[in-house]
Amino acid sequence: MKWDWNAVRDFMPHFWDGLLVTLEAVALGSLLSFSLGLVWTLLMRTPTRWVRWPVGVVTEFVRNTPLLVQLFFLFYVLPEWGLTFSALTTGVFAIGLHYSTYTMQVYRAGIEAVPVGQWEAATALNLPRQRTWTAVILPQAIRRVVPALGNYVIAMLKDTPMLMVITVLEMLGQARLYSQQHFQFTEPVTVIGAAFILISYLASLLMRALERRLVR
Amino acid sequence: MSADTPLMKDPEPRAGTTAPGGELIRLEGVTKRFGTNTVLDDLDFTIDPGKHVTLIGPSGSGKTTILRLLMTLTQPDEGTITVDGQRLFPAPEKQVREVRKKIGMVFQQFNLFPNMSVLRNVTEAPVQVLGMSKDEAEARARELLELVGLADKCDARPTRLSGGQQQRVAIARALAMRPQVLLLDEVTSALDPELVAGVLDLLRDIARSTDITMLCVTHEMGFARDISDKVLMFDGGRVIESGSPEQIFSEPEQDRTREFLGAVL
Repeated sequence: MKWDWNAVRDFMPHFWDGLLVTLEAVALGSLLSFSLGLVWTLLMRTPTRWVRWPVGVVTEFVRNTPLLVQLFFLFYVLPEWGLTFSALTTGVFAIGLHYSTYTMQVYRAGIEAVPVGQWEAATALNLPRQRTWTAVILPQAIRRVVPALGNYVIAMLKDTPMLMVITVLEMLGQARLYSQQHFQFTEPVTVIGAAFILISYLASLLMRALERRLVR
Repeated sequence: MSADTPLMKDPEPRAGTTAPGGELIRLEGVTKRFGTNTVLDDLDFTIDPGKHVTLIGPSGSGKTTILRLLMTLTQPDEGTITVDGQRLFPAPEKQVREVRKKIGMVFQQFNLFPNMSVLRNVTEAPVQVLGMSKDEAEARARELLELVGLADKCDARPTRLSGGQQQRVAIARALAMRPQVLLLDEVTSALDPELVAGVLDLLRDIARSTDITMLCVTHEMGFARDISDKVLMFDGGRVIESGSPEQIFSEPEQDRTREFLGAVL
């Protein structure tokens, strides 16, 4: 086995395409999982059983089935019911939904960690319920959970290669395609491996900076 | 304190101000249990507007629970509570909110909002609840923060302040809602000893210069003697003795009161 710099150079245009798709999937997947997770958490706190029960069942189900199965289901089964989305859209939705069932637990822990005195002060000041959530509880809860959410961004990044099975050409997809066409595996796979390390590291730096900014 | 401090009687009357002579707070047959432990046992008492009433007694005797009931932070198991003629439990949400507007509370642990500046801690509720404009709320908040001696800390985060400073912000925050009643729940218990005097002096000022009804739970007997019109001695969820501070502190009738005062004084 020998290292061929020409193969690296030839692969790079495909790499950039793949990188863009990977970053897009992570960014949109994160946004979706962060917002959907918060929605689940808040729904789980409504007083009505008829809301909590279905939300609980659905999120348990999603959390306890493999992301890969969900991808297959959304991409190959939904179209049979007339629901067709692009491969990337499906992938982002699947990642976002799957990870929202984890972020909801992170948010719940964050909300429960806000001291009860904060609720009491809000009551004593007669703040409306919605304002208590948006101005007092959530800002404090979210601040506490930024590190945990950051870990899930990195986990999502590492799960993006699964999108390959639903034809999304993210980094691994591009590497595989190139390898199969040129019979050179070492260079493209090494390049994307290095890219994953680099992105994870940069993301963790970013999260740490954000954490420092928030925890003042 | 000068005559134009923000605490002096407002030019416009507060909403729903009680007619003179009427009682402001009435508790009737109030019982509160936590599990098998009865914290308040068939309690009756009334408080007239503008009076300063201090609740004393050993820990666990139910003093704080009374404040928490009035602030609607907890509910009684039996009995009725009325504030300014309006019943509190059970009552529709709207009425509860009306009653809460008349009551402010200062907590042992301050409970300032750490995610907001000192100024916003004080302006948040007036803007959101009273519908005050942001400018007006800020102007009033600055006056109140000056009154409590923290005019220079408007932009600071509460966590950067000492305990005594935080408690003074909490007092300003409660006063910003122009309450008729101020509930003070062991407000100096969490403070370092050297910070206690500043907070108590501020409360003495407020007691002297305003017509706010005050209900305080405290272990500071000197303070209680200074500001109180009436002292209620609690034990086992009941008021075992009540009277003027002179009476309670100098010639208590009950052995239990004598014993308690002997232990804390």
